[in-house]
Amino acid sequence: MKKLKLVMIGNGMAGVRTLEELIKLAPDLYDITVFGAEPHPNYNRILLSPVLAGEQTFEEIVLNDLNWYADNGIKLLLGRKVVKIDRKARLVVADDGSEAEYDRLLIATGSNPFILPIPGKDLNGVIGYRDIADTQMMMETAKTHKHAVVIGGGLLGLEAANGLKLRGMDVTVVHLGDWLLERQLDSTAGRLLQQSLEDRGLKFLLPKLTAELLDNGEGRVCAVKFKDGDVIPADLVVMAAGIRPNSDLAEQSGIACNRGILVNDTMQTFDPRVYAIGECASHRGIAYGLVAPLFEQAKVCANHLAQLGFARYQGSVTSTKLKVTGIDLFSAGEFMGAEGTETITLSDPIGGVYKKLVIKDDVLVGACLYGDTADGGWYFRQIRENHNVSEIRDHLMFGENAIGDAGHQGQSSTANMPDDMEVCGCNGICKGTIVKAIQENGLFSVDEVKKHTKAASSCGSCAGLVEQILINTVGGAADVKPKSEKAICGCSDLNHGQIRKAIRDEHLTSIPAAMAFLNWSTPNGCATCRPALNYYLISTWPGEAKDDPQSRFINERAHANIQKDGTYSVIPRMWGGVTNASELRRIADVADKYNVPMVKVTGGQRIDLLGIKKDDLPGVWKDLDMPSGHAYGKSIRTVKTCVGSEFCRFGTQNSTQMGIDLEHALFNMWSPHKVKLAVSGCPRNCAESGIKDVGIIGVDSGWELYIGGNGGIKTEAGEFFVKLKTAEEVMEYSLAFLQLYREEAFYLERTVHYMQRVGMEHIKQGVLEDAERRKALHERLLFSLSFEQDPWKEQLAKPQLKKEFDRIALQQLEAHA
Amino acid sequence: MNWLDICDLEEINVLGSRIVSGPKGDIALFRTSADEVFALDDRCPHKGGPLSQGIIYGKRVACPLHNWQIELESGEAVAPDQGCAHRHQAKVENGRVLLALNSATECA
Repeated sequence: MKKLKLVMIGNGMAGVRTLEELIKLAPDLYDITVFGAEPHPNYNRILLSPVLAGEQTFEEIVLNDLNWYADNGIKLLLGRKVVKIDRKARLVVADDGSEAEYDRLLIATGSNPFILPIPGKDLNGVIGYRDIADTQMMMETAKTHKHAVVIGGGLLGLEAANGLKLRGMDVTVVHLGDWLLERQLDSTAGRLLQQSLEDRGLKFLLPKLTAELLDNGEGRVCAVKFKDGDVIPADLVVMAAGIRPNSDLAEQSGIACNRGILVNDTMQTFDPRVYAIGECASHRGIAYGLVAPLFEQAKVCANHLAQLGFARYQGSVTSTKLKVTGIDLFSAGEFMGAEGTETITLSDPIGGVYKKLVIKDDVLVGACLYGDTADGGWYFRQIRENHNVSEIRDHLMFGENAIGDAGHQGQSSTANMPDDMEVCGCNGICKGTIVKAIQENGLFSVDEVKKHTKAASSCGSCAGLVEQILINTVGGAADVKPKSEKAICGCSDLNHGQIRKAIRDEHLTSIPAAMAFLNWSTPNGCATCRPALNYYLISTWPGEAKDDPQSRFINERAHANIQKDGTYSVIPRMWGGVTNASELRRIADVADKYNVPMVKVTGGQRIDLLGIKKDDLPGVWKDLDMPSGHAYGKSIRTVKTCVGSEFCRFGTQNSTQMGIDLEHALFNMWSPHKVKLAVSGCPRNCAESGIKDVGIIGVDSGWELYIGGNGGIKTEAGEFFVKLKTAEEVMEYSLAFLQLYREEAFYLERTVHYMQRVGMEHIKQGVLEDAERRKALHERLLFSLSFEQDPWKEQLAKPQLKKEFDRIALQQLEAHA
Repeated sequence: MNWLDICDLEEINVLGSRIVSGPKGDIALFRTSADEVFALDDRCPHKGGPLSQGIIYGKRVACPLHNWQIELESGEAVAPDQGCAHRHQAKVENGRVLLALNSATECA
């Protein structure tokens, strides 16, 4: 088949990202031609400031070198500005006369700096700040001239000012507004910022209106004159008063524009053969300037160019995370405060920290942080997801404290970390390595950092730190999204919530059916999405959906826990941690018979046999003659107990029996992630009920239930849920909560994270407030469990399952051959 | 080429694998959803994880230890990871899986 012709006008980040996404989806669909007005391949425009400041070289910020274009068969025409689009002939013409025909046209012309329409704007030494040529011009000027004036106290202006100061110029920032960054900061934070920049030697004039740029008699600027008559010297004037979508070319060719090229939710313009993306495009009235939304647009646009035709761009909620010269700023939502809002403020001018939270009707609607932005992402999530914050209001100001506390010396802020400090304790990755990978590979999301560096790819406790490093390195371009909004994996654009809903609403009962209905882009998914789909299917349609062992991680296929040397560990179940002489004797016999290298007591009150060969697993299970402990699964693990009132002189309730009963009730339960319970017989809490998914504490007058505790990566104390009188109630409420979690949580989401996402109020409504609903949840869990059986016994009973464990010997084969 | 007759195709689950005890260690035999078979030494180039125990998708397997993605056809790790698992020849004929050992020392 003859290839279609795709022409792209513009060679910037949004456009090239679209091509990258397109090549992933449909590598052979198009012959691609790219016109770039600049003489460079695609580079990281966000890092122009570090280049100006002398922290990086241009070569270091190139994202796609010339080899990339060649390797992908892309015809690259550099230094050529397209001057005409002939839509009838489907042809574009560049200023040097070169032409290209198209079947599809992608306009990605970006934006232009807004140049104030004042006398003198065309003098030498007056520039915008947009590309590498502007940057190089500033660097050259700094060598020979003294006075620089930056017009505009926005982000770009401050970065330019800082860079020029570092290059040795005397810099004045002129700003029209009453304070700096008035669209990103409130007045208090803006003034704090100004103060700290003044401490670094920058000068500010504000509010000040520029009237005219004066000529030195030789066509070069020499001074800036203001409306109030003041005059200051200027050898260089940088206009950083905003950007305008560069839509002239499209407009001239008759494509509808209105402050940007108008596009629909598929990034298509009014001419169906023509797409527009990036800063030149106006989507639902907004022309985005941040990288994260532009990359979302790129994904959607590529989807349609690849003729898949199902992705939709519906706009982005953006926050601003800025890094101005090493000062951390964050703002999101309606941070100014308005009628009907309440404000919580923390102000520490000496420590350089200022935080303001704006609340409306018990929902966080805005946040403005200065100096300490570690919790910016968490606040942003609260704002976007409209959580009711009334219950956490008293400690809302102190943030999520979400940064993991194991494996990186308790550090919770990366800004002042030295480069050689270890961030990822699992893989031994230091801060400097992560920063380098982000810069050299042009990474914008934590997932990309994980892939390239392995940081945060094991236990994930440092993901918060990695996110901070990412934000500090690429600023507002960082693509930081909560799991609830992220696509499940590269195989689909849908997020976990959308997939769960579709499986329920459309009565999907098999992985192939789900993938077909949801337009999966791969024939059989990947190691990330298949286990999730399998769980969603069997938990939504128990008895109907068939479990797919090949879509389970090996531990859940072998029903044992794989170890680093490929052997397995076997943990038989001991109900409530109670065992007897006969079981212990069998365990001892198995240890002897199979030469088990290590026998270890676990934290879950049972016994682990480590170093067992896979072939031996069925034999070990048979000889143990005990139930599977599910120590390997996203499933019920154990119910830890203390000895309770039966023996303990302090015990108030029979916690051991309660634990045994719960463990029997939950036996064989699959769940989004592992589930651990504990029952203590008195408030001394010897079974550590405070750090379990469901923790139960017996008191003289009954039982207290705590949920969402976690003793792992980040210690989380469980939250008090309800006080109950009888053991029957404990059973019903615990099972109802766990069923709600099973039905609503995302795969690999522990109870604590599920609770943080949906809110305690939601869980209380589901389980506590409506007795009918609670009973229904309880019933559904029992129904679901009625289809499950002890996997060890099942494996032994069904000979057809045995091949998972048998190896084929080659010696016999050679005899055949 | 010295083809060894191994087993019925049906002895390997779809998107599953079997381990063959080879003269120089275990060989993982994979079956894709398109009923193609591939054979690699059962050792991930990363830390020696048993690839036979991984999740198979498309023409790749994810190592169960640290989730490296390995191409079944070439044995190469998917970028940005780098490394290669030793590859053997495998094919299906008349419903039987045949294997030819590749004794070359180079990876591919």
